[in-house]
Amino acid sequence: MARRLSLLAAAAVFLAATATACGDDGSTGPGSAGGTTLTVYAAASLTTTFQQIGEEFEKEHDGVTVEFSFGGSSDLVAQIQEGAPADVFASADTANMDKLTAAGLQAGDPQSFASNTLEIAVPPGNPAGIASFADLAKSDVNVVVCAPEVPCGSATQKVEAATGVALSPVSEEQSVTDVLAKVTSGEADAGVVYVTDVEAAGDDVEGVTFPESSEAVNTYPVVALKDAADADLAQQFVDLVLGDTGRRILEEAGFAQP
Amino acid sequence: MTPAGASWRRPASPSRNSRQAVRSQRPVDVPRWLFLPALLGALFVLLPLVAIVAKVDWGSFFSLVTSEGSRAAFWLSLRTSAASTLACVVLGVPMALLLARWDFPGLGLLRSLVLIPLVLPPVVGGLALLYTFGRRGLLGESLDALGIQVAFSTIAVVMAQTFVAMPFLVLSLEGALRTAGDRFEVVAASLGAPPTTVFRRITLPLVLPGLVSGAVLAFARSLGEFGATITFAGSLQGRTRTLPLEIYLQRETDPDAAVALALVLLVVAVLVIGVARHGRTAL
Repeated sequence: MARRLSLLAAAAVFLAATATACGDDGSTGPGSAGGTTLTVYAAASLTTTFQQIGEEFEKEHDGVTVEFSFGGSSDLVAQIQEGAPADVFASADTANMDKLTAAGLQAGDPQSFASNTLEIAVPPGNPAGIASFADLAKSDVNVVVCAPEVPCGSATQKVEAATGVALSPVSEEQSVTDVLAKVTSGEADAGVVYVTDVEAAGDDVEGVTFPESSEAVNTYPVVALKDAADADLAQQFVDLVLGDTGRRILEEAGFAQP
Repeated sequence: MTPAGASWRRPASPSRNSRQAVRSQRPVDVPRWLFLPALLGALFVLLPLVAIVAKVDWGSFFSLVTSEGSRAAFWLSLRTSAASTLACVVLGVPMALLLARWDFPGLGLLRSLVLIPLVLPPVVGGLALLYTFGRRGLLGESLDALGIQVAFSTIAVVMAQTFVAMPFLVLSLEGALRTAGDRFEVVAASLGAPPTTVFRRITLPLVLPGLVSGAVLAFARSLGEFGATITFAGSLQGRTRTLPLEIYLQRETDPDAAVALALVLLVVAVLVIGVARHGRTAL
């Protein structure tokens, strides 16, 4: 019995030792090699624009490395709530930002920096001849939308409610990326995504705008986080997003001002 | 005694006979120091499961798992997993038999190719299926001409599951076939039994335990399938949204529901493995 206990104790020591060793490894990463790392959690739809803004930020701040974690806004909020080491959070909608502020994790008030509207994406050549939102409800059209549980899906639902056009989609996807993938592969005749997604997809899809999209405008808020390693640096990043540089990059990608 | 058990036996040693009595109770002396890594391994696997159970909100558990969406996902998962397991058996048993019993140049290469779905990220598997059976895929136009549309259908879910689960069945059955050897088959054939009779009367009964565990593995893998399904089949309640897809979607708005459903999936998996174990030992 005593032997077994000593084995367990040895195991505990071993575990503790490896754990500390891992910790040491972590801090000898690029961060402590003479510089600081700023960690930004941003909605997946901001991937391209925020990487550009990050490069601008690194140019302005010597020795600072900006690291991103892009994902679904609700996933990111959940991770931050579980203690993920984030300094800045940019959400694709106000609902998820509200979740974060309800938990009291923000350093100041979230500020809106961009907005996005829905657009219909169709494969090149528009084989199903989609010209309006109402066309999506035709029985022979394979239309793919986001599930109502995710922001792009609830925006689509708002448009449906406002127009009285009830869609019967062949699939309700998890994210705009999934919707877009079904359109670019030609599986779907049309998908409802954001203006910026159509822009980013380039020649892979064609966009069909529709006036009813104004019924569901998505606002993107950004905030520095309370537990940021360097509060000033986090706020400076937020300021860059809100300032001229951020606006220029976001507008080039198709985002509108909030 | 199963073949796997046989391989655990130590080679004959002078003390073998004197140990015979002890062995009947404890077949082998496992080195003591193995307990520690084994314990750590078990903890590593079990603790996350305990964590999930601890996260369950029992007050709302039953209303969460009996919601319309949950029930639809549950039945769809069971139906599609059963169908894909059947497909794995029908297509995988002949494949395993050929791989185990035939010898031809390129056999090793063929075996590696068949097992590729094991290492392929499921999303890539889904893309591969899309490029094959999708509307613009290799076979898509021919299928379209026949009036068959695979995309966004329950068939697509079964195909995705079969694709990722097949290697599990082939691998474990091929292993069982090789361990069983072909002595009895050779004898049966020499006594004049035609190949089909040998297959039906000798080979299949001989490797039935291996086939059952392979089928269980395939079913379990199908039940948990996510990446290939969401890429190839899409996600629509009652048609293509299986339990893993429903869990992933519920996480967006209702983490409690996701955890409750995850527990359901866990229980089903444990039941399936338990029943199969029981059935296997009874064989």
